Amino acid sequence: MLTPGIISRPVYGVLQPDPRARHNLLVAEGEGAAAILDLARNAPPDFFSKTTILYCAAGSAGKGYEKQLEDLKSDALWIFPTPATTMFRLKGVLQTAKMGTRLYFTGTEPFMGLALREALEAGIDHKSIYTEHRGSAKRRVQCVHCKGFTENVTTNPATCSHCGLTLLVRDHYSRRLGAFQGVCIDAEVPGEAPAPEEVFK
Amino acid sequence: MGEGEFRVRVAETEHVADGIRRLRLVPVGREQLPVFSGGAHTVLTMHDEDRILRNPYSLMGSPFDPTCYQISVLKTADSRGGSIFVHEKLKEGSELSISAPMNLFPIDRRARRHLLIAGGIGITPFMAMMQQLEREEMPFELHYSMRSKSGGAYWNLLSSLHGRKIHTYFDEAQQKIPLTRLLDNQPLGTHLYVCGPSGMIDWVLNEARDAGWPEENLHFERFSAPPVGKPFTIELAKSGRTLEVKPTRSILETIEEAGLNPPFLCRGGACGQCETQVVSCVGAIEHNDHFLTTDEKAAGQKIMICVSRLQTAGGRLILDL
Repeated sequence: MLTPGIISRPVYGVLQPDPRARHNLLVAEGEGAAAILDLARNAPPDFFSKTTILYCAAGSAGKGYEKQLEDLKSDALWIFPTPATTMFRLKGVLQTAKMGTRLYFTGTEPFMGLALREALEAGIDHKSIYTEHRGSAKRRVQCVHCKGFTENVTTNPATCSHCGLTLLVRDHYSRRLGAFQGVCIDAEVPGEAPAPEEVFK
Repeated sequence: MGEGEFRVRVAETEHVADGIRRLRLVPVGREQLPVFSGGAHTVLTMHDEDRILRNPYSLMGSPFDPTCYQISVLKTADSRGGSIFVHEKLKEGSELSISAPMNLFPIDRRARRHLLIAGGIGITPFMAMMQQLEREEMPFELHYSMRSKSGGAYWNLLSSLHGRKIHTYFDEAQQKIPLTRLLDNQPLGTHLYVCGPSGMIDWVLNEARDAGWPEENLHFERFSAPPVGKPFTIELAKSGRTLEVKPTRSILETIEEAGLNPPFLCRGGACGQCETQVVSCVGAIEHNDHFLTTDEKAAGQKIMICVSRLQTAGGRLILDL
């Protein structure tokens, strides 16, 4: 159902330490903690002494990543209960950060999308941010009809949590909104839609 | 005169500093010139006896004044004639053709702050940019390095226009741009722009990269004049012409003198518009552009015909033209 070759579909990499960064800002959610631990294995010895970590356990709560992140002895480690509180702090950190600070985002796509929105507002080009996708492939979807956002979408088609339409979740992505586009799939014959499949586990 | 070219008249000339001449160009046969954005340049077409010279110059006047364009030209000793022509042959009342403005050095409007670094005549694009930054209330600072007070252009004027945003440095007083301190103290989201001598651009870009600045935040403008070189032969595969490239002519100029019009924009090896496929080549290519990657240059399958040529005297280059 997904159309290949939509260029707005974000591409994520693997976190690598930037040896020239004066400071590193790691923003992670859930399983993203594991990406930081992997990064630590090939980071230069002084890397974490000039690193700030913002971490939100989310779906990985109870796995104990907090303790392992603490052991990295970073310059600062802040733990947040929700993505929203993480973003609030990220906004503040970006306000006072200086050039020479490298940004690293890791976790689920909706989380990285929220962080990217904060970074764009602070004048940072998305291409200069290092990212790595970890955890669920769930999507944040905007209904193109009612403009409402539906969080944690794992199926295609999906139901709009605002207007109730059945939406085809496209690969068409907006960095400004941090969301994929959802388009009504049964406009011609309401009710005649393929059964939802769990494709974004 | 092709599409996107305009006739202009030199309405005013001024000696602004040692070896620097300012021209004010007004439209002929029309009320206004096209609007441009800060950082844009135009290509002047100059008829000097038997030859046609086309050189890019940054537009330094206000982007908000469509009644004229202004350029400033430094007379250079190793000039192939363009700057000497502007200094010695153009007079008030002279008419010439210019291209529509184009911008390879625009302001990045997403930036939170703009750090402008100029060396010598590299000040010109920033003069237009700063008018735009002031108008749009975007924060900026300019650091402008010159040889001497008598050889530096507009530093007095700029200070009166933009006040404490302007910082000047004179070699004769052993003053140097405090680059390390500047790079370490900019808020995240700052963009850097540099224009000046090639060595200075390299210095600024290297220091910025070492200070952890990402490539996306670094902007520079580097026009090269086509260097004088050895004579060689070009063959144009499609049109079946064989032409001799003289030491003081570029490949592009040679082709134009033969009556053909290959595409070009900047004529300074920066924009990539004149990229041409090499069919075959006897001799070594001297790549003088800033557009092709190191790998592309080594592969030798493409050449920017505005500034690059053959190193080998008597060599032969077959182009897909």
